[in-house]
Amino acid sequence: MASRKDHLGRPVVAVTGIGIVTSLGVGKADNWSALTSGRSGIHPITRFPVDHLNTTIAGMVDFLPSSGRGSSAHTYELAQTAAREAVDEAGFGGGAFGGPLFLAAPPVEIGWNERLALYARKGDGEGYARLLSTARAQNDRAMFESGQFGAIADRLSETLGTRGLPITLSTACASGATAIQLGVEAIRRGECDRAIAIGADGSATEEALIRFSLLSALSTNNEVPEKASKPFSRDRDGFVLAEGAAALVLESLDAAEARGATVLGILSGCGEHADDFHRTRSKPDGSPAIAAVRSALADAGLADDRIDYINAHGTSTPENDKMEHLSLHSVFGDRLRTIPISSNKSMIGHTLSAAGAIEAAFSLMTMREGVIPPTINYDHPDPAIDLDVVPNVKRQASVSTVLSNSFGFGGQNTCLVMAREA
Amino acid sequence: MTSHDVLITGIGLVSSLGVGADAHWTALTAPSPAPVIDRERFRPYTIHPLPEIDWSQQIAKRGDIRQMETWQRLGTYAAGVALDDAGIKGDETLCAAMDLIVAAGGGERDEAVDASILAASEARADHGVLLNEKLTTDLRPTLFLAQLSNLLAGNISIVHKVIGSSRTFMGEEGAGISALETGAARIRSGQSTHLLLGGAYQTEHPDMLFSYELGGYLNRGDWKPVWERSGTEGGGVVTGSGAAFLVLESRDHAEKRGRGAYASIDQVVSGNARRDGAFPARIADFIGALGAGSDTLVVSGASGAHAATSAEKAALDRTGAAYRGMASAVGHVKEAQFPFAVALAALALKNGAAYPPFDPAAERPFAGTPARAVATSIGYHRFEGAALLSAA
Repeated sequence: MASRKDHLGRPVVAVTGIGIVTSLGVGKADNWSALTSGRSGIHPITRFPVDHLNTTIAGMVDFLPSSGRGSSAHTYELAQTAAREAVDEAGFGGGAFGGPLFLAAPPVEIGWNERLALYARKGDGEGYARLLSTARAQNDRAMFESGQFGAIADRLSETLGTRGLPITLSTACASGATAIQLGVEAIRRGECDRAIAIGADGSATEEALIRFSLLSALSTNNEVPEKASKPFSRDRDGFVLAEGAAALVLESLDAAEARGATVLGILSGCGEHADDFHRTRSKPDGSPAIAAVRSALADAGLADDRIDYINAHGTSTPENDKMEHLSLHSVFGDRLRTIPISSNKSMIGHTLSAAGAIEAAFSLMTMREGVIPPTINYDHPDPAIDLDVVPNVKRQASVSTVLSNSFGFGGQNTCLVMAREA
Repeated sequence: MTSHDVLITGIGLVSSLGVGADAHWTALTAPSPAPVIDRERFRPYTIHPLPEIDWSQQIAKRGDIRQMETWQRLGTYAAGVALDDAGIKGDETLCAAMDLIVAAGGGERDEAVDASILAASEARADHGVLLNEKLTTDLRPTLFLAQLSNLLAGNISIVHKVIGSSRTFMGEEGAGISALETGAARIRSGQSTHLLLGGAYQTEHPDMLFSYELGGYLNRGDWKPVWERSGTEGGGVVTGSGAAFLVLESRDHAEKRGRGAYASIDQVVSGNARRDGAFPARIADFIGALGAGSDTLVVSGASGAHAATSAEKAALDRTGAAYRGMASAVGHVKEAQFPFAVALAALALKNGAAYPPFDPAAERPFAGTPARAVATSIGYHRFEGAALLSAA
C-alpha cells in the first residue's frame, strides 16, 4: 500500500475513535441526537447555593458519580468516560492503548470543601498556618492528589495504558484544540502511530463561576436557562459556564488503514497564533485570529474557498462573536455569508478546557452525518454580524471540510481544519 | 552535526542566588558556596527566597507589572533575560515567529480573602452561602488572570511579543520535562526554528507550601543538602522561588544569525515509572540508559523527597559520574526544576568545567572538562525526565 502523506510530505492523520460527554448526556449518540434537535443542556445550578450570585445557571454535568465531588475527580471521570468510548470505537479497548496522551484540563486547586474540612479540625493557629498543620497531620492522599496538576493525566494514563509521560496542557479556552494539535504534531514527527487527545473540564465550582462573573464574562439570563446562550444574537450577554469532555483517537492514516480501522475523518491542519494585545481582549484588528485561521488553512494545504462549514468558537459574549466575525470576514471576504457557521455552545454552553475537543468531535460528526447542528436561540440577529448561523434548526448538507475555531484568555488562538476523507 | 541540532542559545535564570547565568556560575563555583535560606517566615519550613529584583529591567510598563502576581512577574522577567542573552529581545521579526512553551502550575491565591473565609466558617454552618458572600465581594476581579496557568505565557506574549505559538504544560516537574522534550523534538523535526521555553515557581506563599504538605513532602528539620535529608523530620523537600527559561534554536538558525551556543541538547527522555516497590529498579534502568560515566557531569534535579531522591542517588552512584544536586543550592523550583537543571548543565559545558561539589560529603570532585553533561529530574511524586547535552 502506498504511504499516505499530505501536501508537505507528512503522514496524514486520521481520527478513528470519538467519545463525548456534555450536559446533553453521555456518548456520541445521545449528544448528537440532542444537538441536532436543538436541545439545550443549560439548567439552573443545583451543585451549590446560588445566593448572592449574578449568574445561577450553567451547563454542568450533574449525572456522573463524581459530579460535585471536586474539580479533579470530576474532570478525571469526564475524561475517562469520553476516552473509553473513543478507544472502544477505535478498536483499542481490549488492551493497553500504547500511544501518548495529551490532556487538556483546567488548572486544579484544592477545593473549598477540603479547605473548610481541614480548617474545622482545630489544628494550630489560624488561616493557612492551621491548614498547613492539619494537612500535615491528616496526610490525606486523595486530597493531596486533587491539587496535583499531573494527577488526572497520570491516572488516565494508567487506566488507558497510554505510553510515556502524559502531557497535561492549558491554553485556556483553546485547550481542547491544542491537545489535538499536539497529537497531530507528534504523529507527523513520526514519534508514534497513534495518540489520544482529550479535552475535559469538570471545574464548575462556585469560585470558578464567581471569578468569571467578576470579569463580566457570564450571561445573567437566569430566568430561561436554555435561552441564555445566544451566539451572534443582538442581545447576547455572555457565555454560560459548562462542563464536558471529548476524546479523539488520532492515528496515522497508514496505520489505520493497515489494521482496517474505520476512518471517521481527517485532521488535516492546525494553526495557531498568540495575541500580544491584552490579557482578555483581542487585538482590535483581529490579526492574531486571522493569522491562526490562515495558518490552519495553509497547514492543511487548502485555499479559503474550500471550507464548507465553520464550527464557531461562538461563545455568546459581545466581544468574542464580534471579533470572530471580523476575523473570519477578513479571511473569507464576502463569501463568508455563504458558508454555514454554527455554535455548539448555544446548546452546551462553554466547556472551557474541553470546548476545542468537543467541537472538533461534533465537527467530525457533522461531516460524517451530513447534518449541520444549528445555532439555537437566534431570535434577534445582530445586524453587525452578517452570517448564515444555521438558525435554530439543523440542516442537511454535504460537508467535506470544516474549520473549527478556539480562542482563549491569554491571547490563545488555535484553529483546526478537518476533512471527511483523505 | 546537522542543521537541525538543538542548541541552547539563551539562558534566563533567577533564584535565591541571583539573576542571570553568569551570576549563577559565579555563585556556584565560589570556593565555599552557601545556600541562601529563610528559616523564619514559614517556620517550620525552610525556603530559598527570591533575590532583590528590579522588575522594570525586563517588564518596561508599570501597568504590566501591576497586572501580574509575583509568579508571573518572575517568569516574564526570566523569559526576558533569556531573550536578551540570545540576542533576540526586541527583534520583532524573530519574536513574532518564535514558539513558546511554558511549564506552569497555578498562581498565588489571595491569602487574606482565604483566611477571612476560614475564620468566618467557624461561626456558621452555611458554608456554601458564606463562600458566595465573601468571594463575590472580596475577590479582586483581575486576580483570576494572575492565577490562570496559561497567563504566564500570555504575559510573555504581551511583554516580549513572542507570538509564534503559545502552549502551557502543567503537572509539576513533568511540565518542565515535557516542555523540553517537545521543544527539542520540534526543532529537530523542523517544526520550529527557534523557541522559548521554561517555567517559574514562587514558593513564598502558604498556599504553595500547602499543596506539598498535604502529601507530607516538606522538610521540617534543619536545612541539609538534598542527599542528606533521609533522616530529617518531614518529607525532605525544601522549596525555592526561581525561574529558568531557555532559548532553543536549530544549529542552522543560530549560525545564520551568527550566535554561539551554550550547549547542544542531544537527547531528552521522559518516563512515568510507577512508584511501587520496583521504583528504585526502574529509576536505576532509567538513569543507567543515559550512558553517563566518569567523564560526565550530572546536574540532578533531585527534590529531596525521600523515596525519589534515594532511588536517584543509588542509580547515580552506580554510573560513576560526578553529580551535583541543584536543589541544595536553589531549592526545589517545581515546574522550573528540569529547565533549571538543563541550564546549569549547559552553563558548565560552555565554561568547560564542572561545579565544585555542592555537598562534599556526597558528591565527588570533578577535575578537567566534562565531555558531556546530563540533567535529571525525578519528580517528588510522579514523572521523571533526563537530558543529554554536549558542547555546542
